[in-house]
Amino acid sequence: MNINKYILSHCAISKNAVYKNGQKIFEKAAANPLDFLHSTYEHFNLNYPKFYKMDGLSKLGLLASDILLAGESIIKDIRPQGIGIVLSNTNSSLDMDIKYLQSLQDFASPALFVYTLPNIVIGEVCIRNGFKGENAFFIFEDFNAAFIEQYVSHLLNNNLLQICICGWVEFLKDNYKVVLYLAGKTGGPSVKLFTKETMDSIFNNEAL
Amino acid sequence: MTDVFVVSDSVISPLGSTSADNFMQLERSISGVRRHDNSAISPQPFYAALFTGDNFASDNPYTKFEQLLIASIKDALQNTDIVTSDEKTILIISSTKGNIGLLETEGYNHALEKRISLNTSANMVASHLNFINKPLVVCHACISGLLAIITALRLIKSGIYENAVIAGADVITKFILSGFQSFQALSPGICKPFDAERDGINLGEGAATVIVSSNKRYANNIKLRSGSVNNDANHISGPSRTGEELCLVIDKALTEAGVSAAEIDFISAHGTATIYNDEMEAQAIALAGLQNSPVNSMKAYFGHTLGAAGLLESAMTIQSMQRNTVLPSLGFTNIGVTKPINICNTLMHMSLDNCLKTASGFGGCNAAVVFSK
Repeated sequence: MNINKYILSHCAISKNAVYKNGQKIFEKAAANPLDFLHSTYEHFNLNYPKFYKMDGLSKLGLLASDILLAGESIIKDIRPQGIGIVLSNTNSSLDMDIKYLQSLQDFASPALFVYTLPNIVIGEVCIRNGFKGENAFFIFEDFNAAFIEQYVSHLLNNNLLQICICGWVEFLKDNYKVVLYLAGKTGGPSVKLFTKETMDSIFNNEAL
Repeated sequence: MTDVFVVSDSVISPLGSTSADNFMQLERSISGVRRHDNSAISPQPFYAALFTGDNFASDNPYTKFEQLLIASIKDALQNTDIVTSDEKTILIISSTKGNIGLLETEGYNHALEKRISLNTSANMVASHLNFINKPLVVCHACISGLLAIITALRLIKSGIYENAVIAGADVITKFILSGFQSFQALSPGICKPFDAERDGINLGEGAATVIVSSNKRYANNIKLRSGSVNNDANHISGPSRTGEELCLVIDKALTEAGVSAAEIDFISAHGTATIYNDEMEAQAIALAGLQNSPVNSMKAYFGHTLGAAGLLESAMTIQSMQRNTVLPSLGFTNIGVTKPINICNTLMHMSLDNCLKTASGFGGCNAAVVFSK
């Protein structure tokens, strides 16, 4: 069954700036990506100490999902199994892979090894919010809005999910970019439709 | 609703180079797991199921990981009518760490960043085998193989493709082995899933392929009926204590398949032989009302083949169904989980009409797939 799907909100973090629904809401010069993510965490008073033990990819995804969901009261009315997360990137967990391999010269740390999988960011966001629905992590050369639209639409059309956080989260060395979309089934004329064209135009905003 | 049929399957492991070869070894209770003394991978001896010898030429433009994928896909395509260059055919690749070995041998640089990406491998494999659609890559810890199968099912049911070639592989290197050692998760011998004396997992290398299609010419084949994925939302490296979420994902898969718990003839569990995983799975299986269905784990035969595991164990499940044969859960003697589930310890011949395959992984993910006749 094909029904209208909407982008209820979107959030992007890249190049030392945070955007919510297209508006820049925070910006700060930083010496490196992790410094910027820590500044963002403090600026938004996220109060989630587990944040500090995460790798860069998970920190980035967690911050973006928190900002994405802020004020989205619809989430509270949906049971945990109805909320899913479908993410993608191109370099998997390579940033942490490099760090884990370097650490092996001293000793192998399980606290680092566990982050050498890209889907851990999904697990962290699920734990943070109690979300228990569908999960998937795909690897693409570039953001593949057409596939994300197909896959997430199948989940929403078939009532496998009521709402889905989807998009792109990439963190490698000095480069990072996350663009998350909150896709749902309720909206109105003023809400953007969940289509690949809309996702692409948000993703390709040249400020990002 | 579109039906999706299994066209063929392939398993390449240290035990054999086709699904049939592997199944024959399993029927004889032969394990591919053995002791290895290889200081390049581990300072201590360890038990794993690894390819040995020089089967993988180093002057080949394809890495061992890619050679395994190509060999398995070619084997699965043999004697089928599936045309890789058909625009209705999609290739889906499943792996956790792919070519991570290159990072160990070459170190990080910009060229390596491109070469090591799972996209690069997937594109090379697709191009070698003349697929015209861009391949998809699933990278989702130990449920990768099942998630790749579920993705294929959904793409076909949505009418986007007619055929999917789903292939997974992982290669065991120092990177992976040291990580599991750091969790103190490895067994000092051949692993014993669900047993009272289980003491951890074995890792394994392998590649597996399952080809599925909605083409009615395969209508007499085993059906891929349903699949579901969810998250524990509990811990990134430890399973749920209650098994409630794995139970929910099983329930969803059964409901989508239109099959009741009483109709499940056999369960191919994840069965890693760690204390907590097997306990969680037993809780989930009992909670789902499946305590009487015969259960096995294939980890003592193949080790944990990571991104290949869901596909490899699905292929063996399909072979079981075709032969109406349930394989014993190697390494199992006495029940070591608190729920009295039915772990199979002898070879059984029985009618297998509906089978369940489950997996769980780091990040708190669970997946379940139902195959039916």
